[in-house]
Amino acid sequence: MATLDAPRIVSSRAELADSYTLSRYLETGGYEGLRKALTMFPEAVAAEVDTASLLGRGGAGFPAGRKWSMLRKSPVSYLVVNGDESEPATFKDHFLVERDPHQLVEGVIIAAYALQVAQAFIYIRGEFALGLERVQQAVNDAYAHGALGSKIFGSDFSLDIVVHPGAGAYICGEETALIEGLEGKRGFPRIKPPFFPAVTGLYGEPTVVNNVETMSNLPWIINNGGAAFAALGVGKSTGTRLFALAGRVKNPGVYEIEMVKNTFRDIIFDPRLGGGIIDDRALKAFIPGGVSAPWFGPDMLDLALGQDEVGAQGSMLGSGSIVVLDETSCPVRAAWRITKFFSRESCGQCTPCREGSGWIERAMYRLEHGGGREEDLALVLDLCDNIAPGLSWPPQQTTICVLGSSIPSSVHSAIQMFRDDFIAHVEHGGCPHD
Amino acid sequence: MSHFQPELRQRAEELVALYPRSRSAMLPLLHLAQEQDGYLSEAGIEEVASLTGTTSADVRGTASFYDMFHLEPVGKYVVGVCTNIACLLAGGEEFLEHASSTLGCAVGATSDDGLFTLEETECLADCDKAPCVQVNHRYVRTTTPESFDALVGELRAGAHDADIPSHGTLIRVKRSGGLRASHDEIREQRASSSAARAKRAEGTS
Repeated sequence: MATLDAPRIVSSRAELADSYTLSRYLETGGYEGLRKALTMFPEAVAAEVDTASLLGRGGAGFPAGRKWSMLRKSPVSYLVVNGDESEPATFKDHFLVERDPHQLVEGVIIAAYALQVAQAFIYIRGEFALGLERVQQAVNDAYAHGALGSKIFGSDFSLDIVVHPGAGAYICGEETALIEGLEGKRGFPRIKPPFFPAVTGLYGEPTVVNNVETMSNLPWIINNGGAAFAALGVGKSTGTRLFALAGRVKNPGVYEIEMVKNTFRDIIFDPRLGGGIIDDRALKAFIPGGVSAPWFGPDMLDLALGQDEVGAQGSMLGSGSIVVLDETSCPVRAAWRITKFFSRESCGQCTPCREGSGWIERAMYRLEHGGGREEDLALVLDLCDNIAPGLSWPPQQTTICVLGSSIPSSVHSAIQMFRDDFIAHVEHGGCPHD
Repeated sequence: MSHFQPELRQRAEELVALYPRSRSAMLPLLHLAQEQDGYLSEAGIEEVASLTGTTSADVRGTASFYDMFHLEPVGKYVVGVCTNIACLLAGGEEFLEHASSTLGCAVGATSDDGLFTLEETECLADCDKAPCVQVNHRYVRTTTPESFDALVGELRAGAHDADIPSHGTLIRVKRSGGLRASHDEIREQRASSSAARAKRAEGTS
């Protein structure tokens, strides 16, 4: 049975019909965290986040406090919030921007105060039309309420927030590509070094980039203290986290649960969470952290939902999305479709990613749809090896950003785990599931 | 002579003023150009170029990178059906085929009456309601062929004009309240926070 006694930190209002309005937000303790933060020194606010040991919720899992502390020596110019959620099967930021935009805005103001920046940008995925409208409304309301703009709540601190719409590009979820998008350019990732946002970010100035869910945790952390947050979870994985559960489960959805205290089996099978596999079929495999993550088989179901725990088994918790494949799902088709996605979304700057993704996709296409050969398996693995040499985890990188090294995960996993399915496709001249 | 209608031109100028550098307004301005014309017309692109201090080639080069910008006219309703992993597992490919036959147009094409353009999309981040369908970037949550067909009938009858604006209109909530922080204010804030920090550090050591 899943352990569900932890407080809900970021999804406490989500089910209320008017959860996105200022009046509901104020009735449920809204902007109290900001008022408290403004009575503290900025360093003390940052120290609470450090104590909470809040790991970034975007995918890389870098501690937010440490990201901020690297900037203490040189003052930051801009805070940029990454709401360009596009990792397939990840839908928790979509949930947060639509259901609780004020919580996000309050978190951004708290972070801006801790970092002492005067200008923040919230970059929201263009396809989130409703989310964009809700966050813009929340920003408007916050100005009218005195929580944003000049001399916030009568303090000496002033901040401006601009809501920036994306326009349909997965790569803009990568922080340097996102900055390019914010500068009005094609979303081409920048090479690190030298373009670490903390050093050379937006307009070449020091910039902090944090994820929507990371920001949404801040009001609670300031209200309840970093220690209370750190008391949840185990080890490095503190607090709760939003998990987006999708695929062949009875109750797909976004669930906020305590880090590490629950396993994949809990979230997939507990009747209060995933509720098990559709039609009570057998589980074939699951993707533990977005389609950039290597897959797991049923033998990993009892693994805890923690960053280090999943990392130690050769995959990642990544964006917090879990996709379940059942015994009727075709792993070849799934891996082909994921590769097609990467091929379509590759920005085209680096040859291994641009050419490799399309090449793998074509080989996977013929394996799935007919015309595939057994040698294609070796070909695909060789191509993967050219993109991420050694096919180890975490992957080696031959490209500017990690989109390239994410391509091999699914095809490599599928071939390793389900070679027999591939052979059956070759012998059948296409997908035997059709 | 501005190609944008006066109200839109005013919003465009306000957008440019929001950013420390005018080119940063590129994506929101392109969305505005689509709001007026339904797609990025030559005149719209030129207007965005003049507003951002770039050239129309630069604007076109940027716009073509992003899936949401259309360089050719599209239907009043752009229907996006996701076939990525979660939707694939829920029959997204079959759903896309069904949508194509209902709308009477191939994937990527526009129906003869100019009402619908059909697109195969990547993940739309609504995976618990797979297969996921958006009309003009509004989630419609028609997960069965029957409910999709019913929606198409309603769209044809104009029953959704209030909740699903014509293609191009993305954000109907206009910004109000503050103006952006000026470069001077940002610099001032940095200087004063460094000074305050140094003073506190002195006090604690």
